[in-house]
Amino acid sequence: MFQHSKKVASAALFGLMASAVMTTASHAEETIKVGILHSLSGTMAISETTLKDVMLMLIEEQNKKGGLLGKQLEPVVVDPASDWPLFAEKARELLEVHEVAAVFGNWTSVSRKSVLPVFEELNGILFYPVQYEGEESQRNVFYTGAAPNQQAIPAVDYLLENEEVERWVLAGTDYVYPRTTNKILEAYLKAKGVADEDILINYTPFGHSDWQTIVSDIKAFGTAGKKTAVVSTINGDANVPFYKELANQGISAEDIPVVAFSVGEEELAGLDTEPLVGHLAAWNYFQSVDTEINAEFIETWKAFIGDEDRVTNDPMEAHYIGFNMWVKAVEKAGTTDVDTVIDEIIGVAVPNLSGGYSAMMPNHHITKPVLIGEIQEDGQFDIVAETDGLVAGDAWSDFLPESAKLISDWRKPFSCGNFNVETGQCGGSATN
Amino acid sequence: MRQLRKLAVAVLLSFLAAVASTGHGKASDTSLEATISALASAKLKDRGNHIEALAATGDAQVVPFLEALAAGDVYFKKSDKTVFITRKAEGGLQLLDPLSLEEGEVVGSRSLKKVKVNNKLRRLVRGAVAGLTVQSHDAGTRLEAANALYKSQDLEALPLLKAAVAAETDETVKDAQERAIAAITLKNVKASEAERLEALGKFKAQGDQEALALVSSFLPQAKTAAESEAAALAIQSIEKSLAMWDAVENVWYGLSLGSVLLLAAIGLAITFGVMGVINMAHGEMVMLGAYTTFVVQEVIRKSFPGFFEFSLLFALPLAFLVAGGVGLAMERGIIRFLYGRPLETLLATWGVSLILQQAVRTIFGPTNKEVGNPDWMSGAFEIGGLALTANRLWILVFALVVFVVLLMVLKRTHFGLQMRAVTQNRRMAASMGIRTPWVDARTFALGSGIAGMAGVALSQISNVSPNLGQTYIIDSFMVVVFGGVGNLWGTLVGAMTLGVANKFLEPYAGAVLAKILVLVFIILFIQKKPRGLFALKGRAVDL
Repeated sequence: MFQHSKKVASAALFGLMASAVMTTASHAEETIKVGILHSLSGTMAISETTLKDVMLMLIEEQNKKGGLLGKQLEPVVVDPASDWPLFAEKARELLEVHEVAAVFGNWTSVSRKSVLPVFEELNGILFYPVQYEGEESQRNVFYTGAAPNQQAIPAVDYLLENEEVERWVLAGTDYVYPRTTNKILEAYLKAKGVADEDILINYTPFGHSDWQTIVSDIKAFGTAGKKTAVVSTINGDANVPFYKELANQGISAEDIPVVAFSVGEEELAGLDTEPLVGHLAAWNYFQSVDTEINAEFIETWKAFIGDEDRVTNDPMEAHYIGFNMWVKAVEKAGTTDVDTVIDEIIGVAVPNLSGGYSAMMPNHHITKPVLIGEIQEDGQFDIVAETDGLVAGDAWSDFLPESAKLISDWRKPFSCGNFNVETGQCGGSATN
Repeated sequence: MRQLRKLAVAVLLSFLAAVASTGHGKASDTSLEATISALASAKLKDRGNHIEALAATGDAQVVPFLEALAAGDVYFKKSDKTVFITRKAEGGLQLLDPLSLEEGEVVGSRSLKKVKVNNKLRRLVRGAVAGLTVQSHDAGTRLEAANALYKSQDLEALPLLKAAVAAETDETVKDAQERAIAAITLKNVKASEAERLEALGKFKAQGDQEALALVSSFLPQAKTAAESEAAALAIQSIEKSLAMWDAVENVWYGLSLGSVLLLAAIGLAITFGVMGVINMAHGEMVMLGAYTTFVVQEVIRKSFPGFFEFSLLFALPLAFLVAGGVGLAMERGIIRFLYGRPLETLLATWGVSLILQQAVRTIFGPTNKEVGNPDWMSGAFEIGGLALTANRLWILVFALVVFVVLLMVLKRTHFGLQMRAVTQNRRMAASMGIRTPWVDARTFALGSGIAGMAGVALSQISNVSPNLGQTYIIDSFMVVVFGGVGNLWGTLVGAMTLGVANKFLEPYAGAVLAKILVLVFIILFIQKKPRGLFALKGRAVDL
């Protein structure tokens, strides 16, 4: 009895010592810091908080696997509070004070534009996970969301082929992403032979809540006896009242389908989806993708967040791909040195959640499949179309005359984000 | 030789006929089942053919299956590819036989795969079901079928419809069927000129947007001069009547926007207008009201699902109490120390608004919350060419009721009298024995509580998110300042004027520019009349 307890005591002592040694060891051991730059308060918190959580989950999972280069990863979370200039300040803080190896962050294009000079000046790495308007390729930024040719154009193709749409309403929120996307789509539709009078373009302010006039305009536009569809780049909160008004005025998806580029599972979670059934969305990922790897991802996510009702969405997958690409590039390079990683990451391919491999292209965009989904009553999407193979992101749209002649290739010794094939010159290292 | 061939053809034909007729008899179940399972295993693109094949059987047995298909309730087992209609049940999905509807086992959803349909197929199904049910026993089903055929304009349904209309006794159903026949006639190349002219006349009289769509798609297909002339005339006349209704519609949209502005601003008209407190947290009171609705609906959904239709009625008093309570705490805790110091009040209340937003974000999460519309709040009905949506109508009514009640409280109650006395001459009121600090607190709570009630109404048309309040705060101040500080009538007229002005500008200037123009107009107006539309006169102004 006595002996036994002595044994226990010594075991406990040993354990205590071991853990003490281990904590000092992990203190001495350096960690690799990863910056997370997503708004946790303000208007964008609705979308960005989830991305912060998914990054924390990915880092935790990586640490469980033994970290990176034998070191543990340490997330550094900052809150830029949906304030665009604050994004630049917080990016500076991450790079200068915390000396992070890479930053994952931003949602809106305007916030990305605000941090670009900082990443260029301090030579950092930014992974940007949201679909955007394109027309940009920067040495320090990796665009893991969709470029217009990976989302908007395939969606329009789907409507042309499957719904035989002849009249188009391009409705968007009034800022850079919808304006550029609609410019590209307008040029694309005209190239397909759609007449001027068959395209209606409409912009609304952020958070627009009174859609009566616009929806009745759309209804009237649809009475020309031609099949009509709405291509929506309406952003954020304005979507809920928009869809509610559509339903109220009796427009169903069978009459005038709406294909949206900013409505995903997360947005639908706050919506009575019954009247929306059949409206479309185009993304590179849906939670309903039926693959083993996706089922595993969803399970991990639900366990991490501790809520069975939480959903996954496209920008989360973009972070999943981006983070794994960075990890792989760092392993390949054997260092987190920014310049080496930027060179090494090109050509790195990692599994995406829809069962294929996504690769980093020399223009810092990635290859992805494009999926078209129809909204279901449970707030999930039924995938009704899928591109045959992967689509490579095109930084400079081929449908805008001024950008059709630009190409981007960051491989050495070319290293140019906006090379003009007509003049044979690189437009400079800055964007645009 | 020729005779022999004829004979052979005749024999073959009769044989075919025999096969076809047995297809309608007992053996049909197996062939239907075969088509159904072929449909399930086909690719999305090819499913249309199978749906048409099912519809062509003319067998009403397939109607439940087709309806379930359109609703997305048809699944097949991953293991043996058998097809089932499913129903939600405890522990997974209840399987039903697609034809006999016999109940089978309950299985987990993971072993099943959904038979997907898209919009195109759903339209096809809708048309097929309509064709099969156009002569149903139930008048409601017949009406639905006729309306669906009006939309799908399926040529093959024409003989069915004509047979149905001859036997029809119900007037509304008959109208719908005739309308559907007219729509199909315009599509039918075999129709005679007289039939088409009659159809055009019908749509000219109907005069709505759907008629316009039908006639304008017919115009390029017109065969004779008389037809195209009649079509052009019909388009002209429909467009004329639509233009008139357009103006009416704009007024209605304006009033409806105005009622939303009124609801958002009316609480502020008390706190800012009457008390002079620049309350930046006003929008958050609206938000609290909306979240109260959410909580009430959650509780009702979980515990008393039967009461869902009344959820808003339960939410209204609760929202008043919650927002009013927070308002009271705010007044007692912060604002009473800052009377007469507008800048500090502004900053302090702004701080409170941020705290409230972040608190809600922490408790409920940053994402939108789903607030359902009760049935009486959704849908639309038509008066002439004007489509009134139920939720907007109820909000307009509610805003006016709140306005009238508030006016009554101010004019007719003891509390209202005290309130007016304190705001008009505080020291005199105090000398008369009125406890002015408590009147202040109650007035502020009243304003906040009304904002909370506005939140219940706004939750029906807007998102319920922590940012809800910010959407309305600027507009609310705009309305109160424009209408005249300290006057409820000013708030009413101001809200309605701004609403209508906005809606008349929107079609010409676009939503963004319309908002800017309205703002510029208010700035200019305030230059001319700094006290707003209905300025308070007399000594109260100087206090």
